[in-house]
Amino acid sequence: MIDANLKKLCLYHLWLAFGAFALACVFGEFQVLERSGLLSIIQSPAVYFASVSTHGVLMGFVLTTFFIMGFGYYTAASSLNMPLWNPTLAWTSFGVCTAGTVMAAIPLLLGKASVLYTFYPPVQANAFFYIGATLLVVGSWIWAAIMLVMLVQWKKAHPGQSVPLPMFANATNCVLWLWTSVGVALEAVFQLLPWALGIVDTIDVGLARTLFAWTLHPIVYFWLIPAYIALYCYVPIAAGGKLFSDELARLAFLLILLFGLPIGFHHLYMDPEQGHEWKLLHMVGTFAVAIPTLLTGFTVVASLEMAGRKSGGKGLFGWIGALPWRNPTVLAALLSLLMLLLGGFGGIVNASYAMNAMVHNTAWVPGHFHLIFGGTVVILYLAIGYRVWPRLCGKALYSTDLALVQLWTWFIGLGVMTTPWHVLGLLGQPRRISSVNYNSVLTLAWDPYELVMIAGGLILLASAALYVYILFRTQTASSAQADAGDDAMTMAPPAAVPGWLNGFLGWNLVILALMAVSYGYPIAQFFLIKTFDPTAWGY
Amino acid sequence: MHINTLEKRWLYVALGMIALFVGAMFYTSYSRNIHPPSHVETIDSASLHLSEEFAEDKLGVQPQPLADGRLQVKLVAARYGFYPRQIEVPAGRKIVFRLATLDVLHGVHVPMTNMSTMIVPGFVAEVTTVFPKPGEYPVLCNEYCGLGHDHMWSKLTVVAPDTWRAPTQTGVQQ
Repeated sequence: MIDANLKKLCLYHLWLAFGAFALACVFGEFQVLERSGLLSIIQSPAVYFASVSTHGVLMGFVLTTFFIMGFGYYTAASSLNMPLWNPTLAWTSFGVCTAGTVMAAIPLLLGKASVLYTFYPPVQANAFFYIGATLLVVGSWIWAAIMLVMLVQWKKAHPGQSVPLPMFANATNCVLWLWTSVGVALEAVFQLLPWALGIVDTIDVGLARTLFAWTLHPIVYFWLIPAYIALYCYVPIAAGGKLFSDELARLAFLLILLFGLPIGFHHLYMDPEQGHEWKLLHMVGTFAVAIPTLLTGFTVVASLEMAGRKSGGKGLFGWIGALPWRNPTVLAALLSLLMLLLGGFGGIVNASYAMNAMVHNTAWVPGHFHLIFGGTVVILYLAIGYRVWPRLCGKALYSTDLALVQLWTWFIGLGVMTTPWHVLGLLGQPRRISSVNYNSVLTLAWDPYELVMIAGGLILLASAALYVYILFRTQTASSAQADAGDDAMTMAPPAAVPGWLNGFLGWNLVILALMAVSYGYPIAQFFLIKTFDPTAWGY
Repeated sequence: MHINTLEKRWLYVALGMIALFVGAMFYTSYSRNIHPPSHVETIDSASLHLSEEFAEDKLGVQPQPLADGRLQVKLVAARYGFYPRQIEVPAGRKIVFRLATLDVLHGVHVPMTNMSTMIVPGFVAEVTTVFPKPGEYPVLCNEYCGLGHDHMWSKLTVVAPDTWRAPTQTGVQQ
């Protein structure tokens, strides 16, 4: 049930998300320009690393968290067709998250928190940066609690019925996020905050990296699940067909929840503080989590194929041309799947236990995650924005044609930017450098690729600006439009799915067991062996 | 739960692919002992200069190879360089790098080779590699370590095995 207060709540979250996104694109373009060394006047490591830190926090934490919360409220209220539980608490959550964001933004912009969005002690930031980031997480826990309360209330009122798929996915994401955020929360509360506030002098870096790895992988599934909600719920209907299999979709979400969590050590393959047996174990889980993604690829493409054939597409590939490419939701899905295919290939390389040594911390890695994050995830956030804005504002979308231009330019921009980025990595360029100062002939080969990246960044920035413009014009249009409802959100779920595909209680025990196996000893070892903890360093 | 025949087939394909990848990795890691650097060994980063192994006069290519013939190289990573700044090693021979950081987190890689490891405060990083081709290579820091990170690099010269001479002592620039 979408009432005026909920619309306002959603719009506040989504505006903050997309505002952060557009601002982060400005920082991103500055970074490719600075790094290329084209304009000597803007060369500055201090500004560059402050910018990288801000860009990462805005994209990785602010855009995602606020978008997921806003869209989560919308999903719960519309798919369960019930009013938001405790709106005051929801606004409190928004307030806590916003306060946290502002508190972290001030030191970031002043260059007092240039520790990158991954924190990386023993380089130490201003304490307000850690406090702000912690508040953002705490606020999102309130959101997750509201979502789960609504799920429980609905199930009580509808015994024996299956939870609508959008809400099932949304609730999976809440459970996933609560598990995911524990790692970084432990790091913040027991390590970073006491250390940044001067209560303790030293920090166990190995433990901090292990706890951060706990969060670092599943957080990408927290970001991904809303995009999958679009793929499973919006896309088949927008293409003129229906979802191939509701049950398999639920299975995919549950597998992401199970396998997404206990696999963070593929971020630590090259680290000396964990033994190789643990890395191998996490490698197996990393490959296992590819299964729900492969299932998703199948289900979504099968749904699209059914839709294409229904519209008269013939032959092995004819259905692709018969799809409604001029529908923003369908276009975003097709481009997203294409980039997932390419990015997924790169991900397999990164996940490959020993081969990772060839690309670890090279420019290949940011190339990879920009393709997956910007390409697969954010393009669907943008498409969701186009879907929900008319409904939240009661206005028609300003221009479908401009929306198509925006989505195509986002896709082209990502291609132009991430292709040379991958190549630079293979040519040995480290990530996270603000200029090239190595007196080596090898680095001459890097120059042309950095120039191409400037063009890619510029296309992306223009596309992001166009996006905000379309949303703004939609919201401020004079003519109102009647609420057309949201058929994908209210699509009838299958009569009854088995209990294990309808709830999370039992799954939490399985996750607990998996986490105990994969993180129990690796965390305990820091208390069993004598570690030498360094003091804080500036930067 | 109902699974369509096509879905079932695709699931088998997906599982088969994953089994192939994981199987290949287990095979190479155990039959050929290929693992990423995972040497869980602690050290006090704050007192490297007093340590047996990483004191300034102990660094660089070690005159005596290990019992199994591997050459040992000891480096300290510190803002902003890998010390000693220049080293010379022979091509085609197994080399064990042992690295420790004096200050913050660093990472190291040599482009176009598989020499790569993180260097975490409080731990010794150990990585074994073979450089097949002679040439001059940069040794680059690949983890943000401070505002001078861009300038953190050293030089590695790989020479043909028959022109390489073992150093007579450690701790000197070659």
